[in-house]
Amino acid sequence: MAQIKIHCNSQTETEGLAAKLAQIAKPGDLFALTGDLGAGKSTFARAFIRSLLDSPEAEVPSPTFTLVQAYEGPDYPVYHADLYRLHDPEEVYDLGLDDERTEAVMLIEWPDRLPEEWLQEASEISLVRAEKIGGQQGDDEARTVTITSDDNTIMALDE
Amino acid sequence: MTQATETPDKKPQRPFVLGIETSCDETAAAIVSADKQILAHQVLSQIDDHSEYGGVVPEIAARQHISNLDHLVAGVLKDANISMADLDAVAATTGPGLVGGLMVGVMTAKAVARAAGKPYVAVNHLEGHALTARLVEDIKFPYLLLLVSGGHCQLLSVSGVGKYKRLGTTIDDAVGEAFDKTAKLLGLGYPGGPAVEKEAVKGNPTRFKLPRPLIGKPGCDFSFSGLKTAVRRTAEACVKERGALYADDRADICAAFQTTIAACLTNRLKNAIKLFREEAGTDTLPLVVAGGVAANKYLRAELQKTALDNNMTFHAPPLALCTDNGAMIAWAGMERFLDDPSIDDFEMAPRARWPLDSTAIPLVGKGKKGAKA
Repeated sequence: MAQIKIHCNSQTETEGLAAKLAQIAKPGDLFALTGDLGAGKSTFARAFIRSLLDSPEAEVPSPTFTLVQAYEGPDYPVYHADLYRLHDPEEVYDLGLDDERTEAVMLIEWPDRLPEEWLQEASEISLVRAEKIGGQQGDDEARTVTITSDDNTIMALDE
Repeated sequence: MTQATETPDKKPQRPFVLGIETSCDETAAAIVSADKQILAHQVLSQIDDHSEYGGVVPEIAARQHISNLDHLVAGVLKDANISMADLDAVAATTGPGLVGGLMVGVMTAKAVARAAGKPYVAVNHLEGHALTARLVEDIKFPYLLLLVSGGHCQLLSVSGVGKYKRLGTTIDDAVGEAFDKTAKLLGLGYPGGPAVEKEAVKGNPTRFKLPRPLIGKPGCDFSFSGLKTAVRRTAEACVKERGALYADDRADICAAFQTTIAACLTNRLKNAIKLFREEAGTDTLPLVVAGGVAANKYLRAELQKTALDNNMTFHAPPLALCTDNGAMIAWAGMERFLDDPSIDDFEMAPRARWPLDSTAIPLVGKGKKGAKA
């Protein structure tokens, strides 16, 4: 596993990073999105999914109510899940995420509800509002994005 | 709720339809008659069970639905003073929603339908909200519908049973979700809607200014996810300034939040009215506001004002019919059954996602994979 820390000055930059990561992603990849409420997890996921679908206007609603939103990508499906309302890792199986684990790309918000073995294999995308780590007040859109993943993914992101 | 418990003063006209709703928080069942009487109506809410998690927990929801539903169905039959054989059709919310809960409602409804030898009608939860106004008033098609709830925020033109066209939708969070998350950020309880509304009444809506996404832009879509960040930032600024988030800060943030939501809703609504009027070619038309968010008195008043200012008549079903309930499902089942008496959706399975507008642009287009700038 390797790690890269990227500072994004605007939402557009964060979305650009998400789009780049989407183009590197492959079936079986599980991305755990972490960050506070309002940190931009859904925004990151939306840009990622739109890039993967090559459809900049694709509707990507919040999965909070439905728990899982599935998208049919050109080559493989993409699952966008929000586990905020789960309280037991067993419920992940009830959501049917298990079935397509190896064939799909998954973006999981609030991944602390995932089963332990899933977490160990997951790449992590951590979003932190930049003003919290020394930025200036008023940098509403600035984020520090820390991505932990396999060496190839991190190298590709670093290019 | 008044309709549910009052003894009908005239003999109800058949058909009778039983409706079951289990798509989210509520376990509900109701029986309605063709002449728009609610013969029986029971709702069990599981909100108390969920509040410790700050949201709906699907498996708990499913378990609660199972333990409550048989009892509820027997209860409404008894209240309506009819037997299972007197039912003419059985309807259940078949989607969209949490599959665990839906499954319980659909299985129960199908079992009752087969036991009674009557058709099963699969009802879209959104269609239930869309048609409820016609259970209460004699509203003619076409009408404009604003559906605002925990999971949905849409503007639809309704031109007949099964004929819905989506004019706009939220591109991220639903309004109810924005209320829930704001409540969570401010340490208020669940559900967030009533908690935020209660605080907002005490607050000053002009002290803080929150961003108003999409306002002034063309179209009828909504966006509310940016509000979370704004609410958090405002709360943090208060803590920095005064050392803690005081009651007046909380009330003022809630008031600003609610005003912002109202401004967004009314702005998009005005665009939709214009579109709808052009399409319908008539001047005075009904606006129906449905969904749990319509229970917010301030938002309701603002929406009503917008409707009247724009030469629309305003209709909002009573509050008890605005939140999830069995009567709206029974009524939507009734409309579908009257529209097509040979209907039977027995083969239809629960659907987590089920857009009301089948002609809407698909959520996902098949596109070729390629590099994107």
